[in-house]
This record gives sequence, C-alpha cells and structure tokens, in this order.
Amino acid sequence: MSEIKNEYIKLDKSAEQITTDLMRPVNLSIGFKAWMAFLIISLAVCIYAYTIQLNIGLGVTGLRDYVSWGMYIANFVFFVAASLIGMLIGAVLGLIGIKWITPLVRIAEIIAVAFAAVAGLVIISDMGRPERLPYVLMYGRIQSPILWDVTVVTTYLVMSLLLYFLPLIPDLAIGKDKLQGVPKIHKIIYNILSLNWVGSEEQIKIIHKSVRILLILIIPVAFAIHTVTSWLFAVTPRAGWDSTIFGPYFLSGAFVAGSAAVIIAMFFFQKNYKLKDYITDFHFDKMGKLLFLVSIVYFYFNLNEFLVPGYKLKQADAIHLQALFNGNWAKLFWATQIFGLILPLILLLFRKMRKAFPILIISIFVIAGAWLKRYIIVVPTQEHPYLPIQNVPDYFMGYTPTLIETAITAASIILVLIIITILSKFFPVIPIWETVHENKTDQKS
Amino acid sequence: MNEQSEGKNKNNRRQFLKNLGLIGTGAVAGGAAIYSGYRFEKSKDESGERIRVLTADNKLVEVDKSALKEITLDITELQKRGREGLPGHRWVMVIDLSRCRNARKCMEACQGAHQLRAEQHHINVLQMQDSPTTAPYYMPKPCQHCDNPPCVSVCPVDATFKRADGIVLIDNERCIGCRFCIAACPYSARVFNWFDPKDAELHKDQLYDVELNVPQKKGTISKCLFSADRLRVGKMPYCVSACPNGVYYFGDENEDAVTNGTTKETFRLSKLLRDNAGHLLMEELGTKPRVYYLPPKNRLFEFPDKNILDNEHHT
Repeated sequence: MSEIKNEYIKLDKSAEQITTDLMRPVNLSIGFKAWMAFLIISLAVCIYAYTIQLNIGLGVTGLRDYVSWGMYIANFVFFVAASLIGMLIGAVLGLIGIKWITPLVRIAEIIAVAFAAVAGLVIISDMGRPERLPYVLMYGRIQSPILWDVTVVTTYLVMSLLLYFLPLIPDLAIGKDKLQGVPKIHKIIYNILSLNWVGSEEQIKIIHKSVRILLILIIPVAFAIHTVTSWLFAVTPRAGWDSTIFGPYFLSGAFVAGSAAVIIAMFFFQKNYKLKDYITDFHFDKMGKLLFLVSIVYFYFNLNEFLVPGYKLKQADAIHLQALFNGNWAKLFWATQIFGLILPLILLLFRKMRKAFPILIISIFVIAGAWLKRYIIVVPTQEHPYLPIQNVPDYFMGYTPTLIETAITAASIILVLIIITILSKFFPVIPIWETVHENKTDQKS
Repeated sequence: MNEQSEGKNKNNRRQFLKNLGLIGTGAVAGGAAIYSGYRFEKSKDESGERIRVLTADNKLVEVDKSALKEITLDITELQKRGREGLPGHRWVMVIDLSRCRNARKCMEACQGAHQLRAEQHHINVLQMQDSPTTAPYYMPKPCQHCDNPPCVSVCPVDATFKRADGIVLIDNERCIGCRFCIAACPYSARVFNWFDPKDAELHKDQLYDVELNVPQKKGTISKCLFSADRLRVGKMPYCVSACPNGVYYFGDENEDAVTNGTTKETFRLSKLLRDNAGHLLMEELGTKPRVYYLPPKNRLFEFPDKNILDNEHHT
C-alpha cells in the first residue's frame, strides 16, 4: 500500500539544478507580453459589451420572462465547478499522502483561485441592478440560497488564496536571491511577500501546520460551494431541477471539469515553460486515471438523474426529458453526453490515450462538454413551465444567447486566463522548495 | 497614616455624594418648573376642539385638533405602510372559470394601472385544456399570493415579501434583479423589466408606491399586487372591477365574504367554494395559494380553437 502511495518521479538532479529549472519560466518574455496584450485587448472589447448591457438593460441578452436564466448562470455554475479541483488535488489527495501530486498542487490551486474569483464576478453580470450588490450584505435574508452561495464562495476563494500563497513563501525567499533577468520591482515584491522566510525549523512547522489545517477545512467548504450552487436549482419545484441528488451530481461533475482543466494547464506549462522533467508522461497517466475515476462517478449520477424520472415519466418530467432525448435539445444533449463523457471514459481505459497529447485532446472535449452540460441543466427546464406560455411574442418561448451576452461570457473566460497567466508567470508554477526537499529525502533513503 | 487618609477619602466621597444630591434635586426642580411653564404656554395653542379619529386598527379615539398632523406621503411613509399592509384582513380571490369568455378587460385594466408593456402580464388569461379528451377553457391567472410563497423564500434581499393581510408584494427600490423568484415561481406569475419600462420618461418624477409598483424600474421584477393600493381605499382590484362577465370575486377570508366584481353581489366564501367545488391551482406543490378557482362547467360559449393542446408549449 505504501509503495503505491509513495509513487512519484525521482529526479536525478541537484537542488541547484532544480531551482534553476523551476525559476527559469519566471520572466517577462516576449511571448508572455504578446499573449497578455492579446488577452487585455480582447477583454476590453468584451467589457465594452458589458457597458452596452449596463445602459440598455438585461434586455440585450436573449433572456426573457420564461427563460430568465441563461448563459451567465450556466457559466457561473461551470466556474464554481472548475474551481473545486484545488480541493480535490490539494486536500483530498494531499491528506491521504499521495506523492505524485507535488508538481501539480500549485497548478490546481491557481485554477481554483482564478475560477472562484471570476465566479464571484460573473454573477454580477446577471444582475438587473448590479449597483445594488451591497444590498445582499445590508438586507441579506439567511433563508435564501444566494446568501449561502455568496458566503461559501468568498470563503472558498480566501482559503484557496491562502493555500496558494502559504506554500509559495519558501519559494519567494529562494526567488528573491535567485531570480535573474527580471525588473527590480519583481524582486522587491518577492522580498516583501516572502515574509522574512529563512527556513528555520519553527517557520517550517508553522507553515506545515497552517497548511494542514486549511487543507482539512477546505474540504467541507468546497463541498458546500457546489452543493449550494446546485440548490439554486434544486430548491425550485420545476421539472428537471426538482431533484434530490443535485448536490452530489454537481459535485462529481465539478471534479470532471476541474481535472480536465488541470490536464490542459499541465500540457501548456510543460511545453511552454520547458518542464518536461517535472511534469512527465507519468503525471499525465495518473491524471488520466483520476479523470477516469471522477468521470465514472459522474456517469453513475447521470444514470440516476435521467433514468429514474425517465422510467416513471411523470407528466412534467416526461415533457422535459422528451425535449432532451429526442426533442429540440437532443442534438446538443447527446453530443455532450457522448463526446464529453462516454467516449472519454472508454478512451481513458487505454494507456496510450493517457499520454500527454491524446489526453489533452480528450480533456478539451471533456471541458467543452462540462460547459455545455451546465447550459443544458440551466436552460431547457425553463422552457417548460407548469402553465402554458401564452400572450407573449414567440421568441419568449425559447432562448438564444445574443452576441453581447456571449461577449460578456467570453470576458469572464479571458479574465480567468489572465489570472492563470499572471500567477503562473510571476511566480514559479511548480513548488521549488518542496521538490528539492522531497528529492533530498529520497536520495538519503 | 493610611487609615487617616482613607477616612479623609471617605469624608470626601460622602461630601461629594451630598453635593451631587443637592445638584440633582435642584436640577429636577428647575426642570419641572421649566416644563410646567412650557405646558402652560403650549396649552394656549390647544384649540379646545376635540376630534374623533378612527385608528388603523379600528379604534375610535378622541384627540385635540391641534394634535393632528397630516402625514405627507413621502417615499418613507409609502414604503412603511406598504410593508405593514392592512391589519385585520386576509384578502382572497375567487375566479369562476365557467364564466370567463376571454374578454381580456382584466388584462387591459391591469396593464394600464401598472404601466406595463404589452407583453408584461400581472394577470394573464390562458387557454387551457387538461387532457385531449376534456374540453378547453379560459383561465385568468394572477399571482396566487401563496401563503407559502417559494418566491419570497428565495429572495436574497427581502425585496419580495409576504404581508400579514396575505398579499405578496415586490419592492423595486430593493430588488437586485437576480430573478431567483422567477425561477422559483411555478405559476409563471412574475415579469422582469428587461429594458426601460413603458413611458419611462413620462413617469420618471412619479413617487414610487410599493402597493402599485409604479413607476416600474429597469432591471427589477414586477408582479400582481392584488391591487393593494385600491384595497387601501376600499375599492376592488383593477382586474376584478373591469371584468364584464362576473368572473371574479374578491373579499376577506376573515369575514368569510367575497363580492363579485361585476354584479357587486356578496357571497359567503365557504359556501361559494363548497357549492361550486372550488379548488386551488397546483395545490400539490404546497404553495398554499390565496386564489380559488371554480370549475369550468356549463359553459355557454364556444371555444374557438379546439386543438390547443397541439400548439401549446408541451410539444
């Protein structure tokens, strides 16, 4: 048992070499500048779309009185979902002593921070009166799941930030001496943020202890954020949302989206930051197995979610399921289920498919499927209310996102990419201190 | 040495308390003198004319005329009374489905009163058919003013609320526009102001009355209010008064009485419901609606489109 637990890649490198390797990507290269410029220009265009929405009203979206939640809410649910991977890799796998996650923990934490932070923002784009956001705190009613969501998402964000920052402190201390070819201000920031870290036994103890406490505490918080998000739907009496398994169904789906996000990020960091020795085929293989595990759990919940009401076919459920299975949602529904879940499950069984490039492609399909799945959970239900939709223009009956709301949604995705880029470029993306430390103890034994 | 100084301290304290007592007594006496003087001066203002006033909780009291102060209806006062409601009442509506001929006067009156766009309905007359073998009928559908309202439960900021007199209102000065209430309402009773409301420029200086929910506001919810503003002045709701076919009854559950908006006849609510097999809409959802329906029996008119099940939302 302990053999499997301690499985990880042994590096044939000195501490000096490891530090240089992992510090190398920390610089403001031309590529980075070009990429950031591209992101910021795209963001500016998309923010212009939001100003149009602010002026004219939410009517610039495809939403109307019957389908009144659409792309924004689906995107919000997706973001909350993707952020949970920080908890799964850092806390669950970390606490049970799995070693191969060392080079991936920080990547998972960056993804958690980026998605959780932007999730809080995207929900504002769905508000009819965004300037009244403070009312949620001033007049908040504890009965409303929105209050629960606001509370746990902010808690999760703060804890994820701490879980990103605390293990980074030793690396910052290393970096303030070792960084090369960066502006002075970069080193000054490193110096301030490293909080006088000298690596004394006392300091090490404090960090270990606080990280451990955070890792334990973040598990219930992470469960809470996605369970509560699922309850935004499950507390209503509508067919398709009125489900008792929405909490675990969303949670298992969240790990699928997050694992795919980590694999995609791993691939780009390995290639662009030249980390081939640290993020290896071995890690992709492990992540592939993790993706398979969470996907098969998610598949099991899908089976329950659709098969049980599909067997009984109560009137309202029947109308909803008919729309999904062979009605106007069928193409999207089956494409999402087959290419985003079933096919990846089959492919991941083969070792060859768990190598870097094939698993990147699989993960892109999985993450696209994960986004569309949220869309399919949010929208179709509202097209079939209990009472008929009458005496309104025809386009009230359905929902087609407009260009403006697509642009605003794109803005949120761009913002996630900006946060990921900055965190992974200004600071080392693989924990240096821990890698060196683990390698040392390994060489001794 | 110590004892001595302690004794001295004690003396000092006693002296201090004594002085304080003196000052206190003096102050009270002075205050009383000033106050009685003030009363005397004030009594000159009293007109001596007494007036009888009916308080909000139906008590007859007598006060001096000079004590009467007219309350200006500013936003604070309108909000306050809008949230308090009309004490002692439990408003209830009965809709007789056998009489509705789709005249739509209710919809017109309602949209006019609440400054709604053509596609915004606080009350909507729906064409219903329960199953392919049963006859179609028209069903006016206002907000059901549930006693267990899902919309109120989910509202994060107390913008939509349930009053003691049974009415569910929406405060568009509070609403943040999250539309969770739209998602939660099984009766599709709520509408949203996706754009600037109808004639926004025209009504922009109007004082906001939460009981009428005008002027409407961009980015907030609107819904049927049981015409709380009309009830306050002892009138029937707009839709009820406008109906030419005697479809609506409105009244007070506490008095067990409802009045038909067209014929002005008053009935015992319990008897009306018992005799006509009254029912609630989707009662099984546990929402406890305050709108009763009488079944669509013995209709004396033709329904224009017999195949409405085919062109409904179900397909």
